[in-house]
Amino acid sequence: MILRRTCKEVTHLVLQAEDTALPLADRVAVRLHMYACHACPPFLKQVLLMRRASERWRRYTEE
Amino acid sequence: MMQRTELCRKSRRSPYTATDMNDIATQLDKLRPVLLKYAQLQLRNSAWAEDAVSETLLAALEKPQSFAGQSQLKTWLIGILKHKLIDQIRRNSREMSTSAEDGEDIAEDLFKPDGHWREAPQDWGDPEHCLRQLDFMRVLEACVEHLPGQQGRLFMMREWLELDTEEICKELAISPTNLWVMLHRARLRLRECLQLNWFAGVAVGGSS
Repeated sequence: MILRRTCKEVTHLVLQAEDTALPLADRVAVRLHMYACHACPPFLKQVLLMRRASERWRRYTEE
Repeated sequence: MMQRTELCRKSRRSPYTATDMNDIATQLDKLRPVLLKYAQLQLRNSAWAEDAVSETLLAALEKPQSFAGQSQLKTWLIGILKHKLIDQIRRNSREMSTSAEDGEDIAEDLFKPDGHWREAPQDWGDPEHCLRQLDFMRVLEACVEHLPGQQGRLFMMREWLELDTEEICKELAISPTNLWVMLHRARLRLRECLQLNWFAGVAVGGSS
């Protein structure tokens, strides 16, 4: 199945998305995986939290 | 010699009084350690960091008008420092290479051979809960400081200097794939560090 990805692959794509736009097929695969998996959604939330934290930290260093 | 002539010329038309100069020197002295800290975090080399900070202070002193008008002196200086850090990165890019620690792939430990998580990631709770805490910012900063050299530089270029990936690749003459691998590792290490030093000890969603 072309849309089937392992947790390891999805983790890779989630991190990749921080620095580059993912191809559409990968975005679909990640979205699908998130519905079916219990472990990866918290990981995605962690990455989003780290993104916001980096932004907040940058402002903190400038104040 | 050139430098001395220039220093004299500058000082003759100095807009500062002696009291101004004292005041400015005190303020710059106070901010210098902070500038040095972030210069070191970015460059991971104390000689380059010292140079970037000195260049920043010189640039600031050359613009007396802007200097006097700064209510947020630190913000203004950090802005100048960021440009000077990019200059330093350009100048020394060939010496910015990966260490053995940079080469370690911690993703291998996170997953079983079949690609499943060995240990499911923890729910970190409501982001606002930690994001508004100064202590969390300090832990994050310490975690960035603990990244291996090249990962730290690249992470700082991306998240602190806010450069896009093409610019970073160009400045350091590295391939996009190489950059992504390094940023990927940096983010996984950061996650591990935050998990160990913040989230493991904090009852997520509990009282602060």
